[in-house]
Amino acid sequence: MQVKLNGEIREIPEGSSVAGLLAHLGVKAQRVAVEVNEAVVTKDRYDGHTLRPGDSVEIVAFVGGG
Amino acid sequence: MSAERPSERYSRQAMFWAIGPAGQERLRTGSAAVIGCGALGSATVELLARSGVGRITVVDRDFVELSNLQRQVLFDEADAAAGVPKAIAAAQAVKRINSEVAVQPLVADVTPDNVEHIVSEVDVVLDGTDNFETRYLVNDACVKLGVPWIYGGAIGATGMSMTIRPGESPCFRCMFPVSPEPGTMATCDTAGVLASTVVAVAAIQWTEAVKILVGDREHLNPGLVGFDLWSNDHLVTKSSRAPECPCCVQKRFEYLEAQVTSRAASLCGRNAIQVSPGHDLKLDLAAMGRRLASVGPVTSSDFLVRFTVGKHELTIFADGRAIVKGTSDKSVARTLYARYVGT
Repeated sequence: MQVKLNGEIREIPEGSSVAGLLAHLGVKAQRVAVEVNEAVVTKDRYDGHTLRPGDSVEIVAFVGGG
Repeated sequence: MSAERPSERYSRQAMFWAIGPAGQERLRTGSAAVIGCGALGSATVELLARSGVGRITVVDRDFVELSNLQRQVLFDEADAAAGVPKAIAAAQAVKRINSEVAVQPLVADVTPDNVEHIVSEVDVVLDGTDNFETRYLVNDACVKLGVPWIYGGAIGATGMSMTIRPGESPCFRCMFPVSPEPGTMATCDTAGVLASTVVAVAAIQWTEAVKILVGDREHLNPGLVGFDLWSNDHLVTKSSRAPECPCCVQKRFEYLEAQVTSRAASLCGRNAIQVSPGHDLKLDLAAMGRRLASVGPVTSSDFLVRFTVGKHELTIFADGRAIVKGTSDKSVARTLYARYVGT
């Protein structure tokens, strides 16, 4: 299925959860924040939140320095 | 100075449609705290001072070094040569830039003991820290007391900012509920940082702070703003609050309520460890300098005592903190602290 990932259309496995998407991308959950359709998905819901075709997903990494 | 006729000094700023003479007057009567005065902090402090924000608190625990000058725009070679504490050097620079501004420097670590006092005295807080522990602490204090704060981060060419309006917009823990594990994140030590990244993030932070100070909440950033200046990527999210956020929803201020014990933390970008006492101290630096002079070479100022022992250099501040240079091993730093400063 297709989702919009950080502004670009991407093909991901059907029925992926947020956790599944992060694993698919090789992204470590603790280093990022995830938003689906402009709402934050908290880490305890990564397994339970199933993505739908056309979802807009933003994966944003922490930036620490200053 | 009347609200109708701001001084010539601010005329171009007051001409801007969203500020105007009334907004300029709000800046003059407004106040901001900049927590951490390294690269981001020195850039935001300069902008706040030039734009005429009436009262600025600058908090920093560190002193100026040569490797700072590439991106820490308020400091110069004389500050680095003298090892002036950054908060003091920033305050001196502000007085040269704009004598109308009241600047209060605070040479201290931001801790659960002092953070509420710092943020309660200002209208807005700007993040200039280089570590997540302090950001979570600032988030706790600002959410608890209802003070807006503006997160900023910069690594390499990547920058990020977020404006937190407690109770209205997502807080830092809505977005990032748990702190990343130590050692898992890029730091300016491992990835470097471009001065332009810092200045770009500081520009966003200052603009957000001014929107808050002039009372234009409608135009504040709605979520995270992120960019990579080198790869030309940018991102703006419209975020909503996490329904079960431990901080802004459940009001559990876990960082604020943490048991404070003697701590050792490595400093971003340096072969150095900071050791903090577990409680407020007021050291007699002159007496400490005299005591250490029998052991090794000592230099001292009103703000610090610096002391060399073997390949290590200890810089001791009046609040009991010491920065131990020449090691990245926390236990070595703690041992030296216990031996020469005492616990």
